[in-house]
Amino acid sequence: MILHPGVLALLLGGLVSLLMLSAGALLGIRIARRWNPDGAEADQLSLERRAWLVAVLVRWAIVFEALSLLLFIYTAEVIHPLFVGAMCATGTLNANPIGWHLIWIKLLLFLLGGLWMVLNHLDLQCPEAPLTRFKFIALIPFLPLAIADLTLMVIYFAGLEPEVITSCCGALFSSGGDGLASELAALPLRPMMIVFYAGLAAYGCLVLLSLLSRRPWMHYLLALASGLFLVLGLTAIVSFISLYIYELPTHHCPFDMLQRSSNFVGYPIYLSLLGATICGLVQAMLEYLCRIPGLSVITSRAQRPWLLMTLFFWMLFALLTGWPVLFGPLAMTAYF
Amino acid sequence: MRYLKILEYALASLLRRPGKTCAILVVYTLMIVVLASVLFLTQALKTEATTMLAGGPQLVVQKTMAGRHELIPVSAVEKLVEIPGVKAVKPRVWGYYYDALTGTNYTLQGFDTLANELSLLNGRLPREEGECAIGAGVARSRLIHLQDELILIDYDNIGRIFTVTGVFVSAADLLTQDLVVMPEGPLRQFFGMPDSLATDLAVEVYNPNEVDTIANKIKRSLPDSRPITQSELLRTYHAVFDWRGGMMLALFSSALMAFCILAWDKATGLSAGERREIGILKAVGWDTGDVLLLKLWEGLALSLLAFLSGCLIAFILVFWWGTPVLGGILRGWSVLFPALRPTPFIDFYQLGTLAFLTIIPYVASTVIPAWRAAVTDPDEVMRAS
Repeated sequence: MILHPGVLALLLGGLVSLLMLSAGALLGIRIARRWNPDGAEADQLSLERRAWLVAVLVRWAIVFEALSLLLFIYTAEVIHPLFVGAMCATGTLNANPIGWHLIWIKLLLFLLGGLWMVLNHLDLQCPEAPLTRFKFIALIPFLPLAIADLTLMVIYFAGLEPEVITSCCGALFSSGGDGLASELAALPLRPMMIVFYAGLAAYGCLVLLSLLSRRPWMHYLLALASGLFLVLGLTAIVSFISLYIYELPTHHCPFDMLQRSSNFVGYPIYLSLLGATICGLVQAMLEYLCRIPGLSVITSRAQRPWLLMTLFFWMLFALLTGWPVLFGPLAMTAYF
Repeated sequence: MRYLKILEYALASLLRRPGKTCAILVVYTLMIVVLASVLFLTQALKTEATTMLAGGPQLVVQKTMAGRHELIPVSAVEKLVEIPGVKAVKPRVWGYYYDALTGTNYTLQGFDTLANELSLLNGRLPREEGECAIGAGVARSRLIHLQDELILIDYDNIGRIFTVTGVFVSAADLLTQDLVVMPEGPLRQFFGMPDSLATDLAVEVYNPNEVDTIANKIKRSLPDSRPITQSELLRTYHAVFDWRGGMMLALFSSALMAFCILAWDKATGLSAGERREIGILKAVGWDTGDVLLLKLWEGLALSLLAFLSGCLIAFILVFWWGTPVLGGILRGWSVLFPALRPTPFIDFYQLGTLAFLTIIPYVASTVIPAWRAAVTDPDEVMRAS
């Protein structure tokens, strides 16, 4: 077990958010079962008051979980000198491979949490609160995820042994090795670049078209495209964007760009990619909720700002990933 | 705009209750001071250790026998120089001396083995037998100065007199605090160490990336040796300081819990005036969400103020005042402590960690009281008052 201050902060944050989420989710499920929006008796009034408590508890827990994702990645970066063979967060995560599962659990909590916050915001805007039952039932998947998050975090940090020799990113993300990371690193450069930039352009066009047209299927398509865009973006980062950022034709690590040596450029890149994905997914949710009576005005009014935000994050991601490729000192023409 | 108006109201509401605000603010700030001092000091010690080791040899080779450190034959130098990539190998003569008079341990070092740090000296380096240069800590503990005499008992229990020709300045404290330097020959005589043996060998390598490979080759060439690389030492120091800092934080977690209970209690115990205030706010049109926002702003303003002032006080304590209490616990156990004057720095990761450790528990413990206040029924409150 490594008793690093960052590790203690993560465990404390994980415990607090789990307590808040479990209290919120359990209370939320109880409220959802007895919720009767048409009733005006004392019981319903008390449920409405408790609904506020659930909303506040869950909102804070989601904020803590989102911050915990950032702190986890940065802590993995900071403690890498403690492990023989580690050069960045990859080495720390490899030192106890459970860490990789933690990343996707935290990412999922981040994405689902973002969507739940939007749902809660819409519900609070409408006096009839038509989404209350739905938003509380939607809390059910959060509970196992938060439990898994804290449990895995404890197992991960307890299992970190500084004397175990770990492998660095150069070994894991090398085109010659086995596994998904190596497969991604070994993708042919030219076709991958064509696919990524074509996808980027298509996604941008789709956002613009959604802004101009109000067709429902367009918004569902955008949400689907956002999911694909996330996968494509992550693949491209490992495959070739990393090469241009490090100015090295063989270094594919997706974590080194979070270090000071790369001016922390990884943070805006990942946040813009995740931001575009969440904003894109929100479109489908808004479109679906449009059908609920009492919500159509609020949701249709909310669609435009969310589309503009998707466009902003898309532009930021395109700029951050396009700049080193177009204007960086590394020329990969010999590898095409 | 609505948010700013509520923030303005929240700040005014905090100022209207100075007693209650101050009570929680003082305890909150004190807790942040303690935790921030631990974090800052741990980081400062790690930085100091890194700087200190940077001037040392890249690789040190010790001989071991039965698992214990042994003196290494000087003849091993020839074997090591032949390894490709090795630039130079220097035998070092040094050892420890327990001074029964002051109850302290000194480090006695042979003159040839010191590198750059010798420039930080008042006076001159010893040139012949019977002369020595000492660290500021030794001078203080023995109450001696330049040109005074230092009496040390040698391996044969015979007192030897050395004239102090130089005293290291305090800027080099971390390296030289407990140091006594003399030429190698007299030191060998003092310890009774034969010329054919040395304490260890310092190896210089052309390419720093090859240090680990060369350490492996040395281990193969001299199986009874233990090569210690600079990066290994650094990793150990980092792990030790992190562990000590973590232990301190874990110990202070009980204080954190006590603070959370206090915060909960203070937030729950609404006075009749506060209840009436919330009742009136709701009667004039504020809804539960607005009151929750008001309480959120109050909590955040208080947290931010406590956080900033706590960090500032900790910063002054650690980097200016030299951490009077915590320093001794975190640095280690020794009689002659070097004065620690770490280079001031601000690390945003540390501040983030600190915020996670302090603000999250505070927010979590005030959520339910804030909600209780927010759902107050105006009708009930007005009737009660």
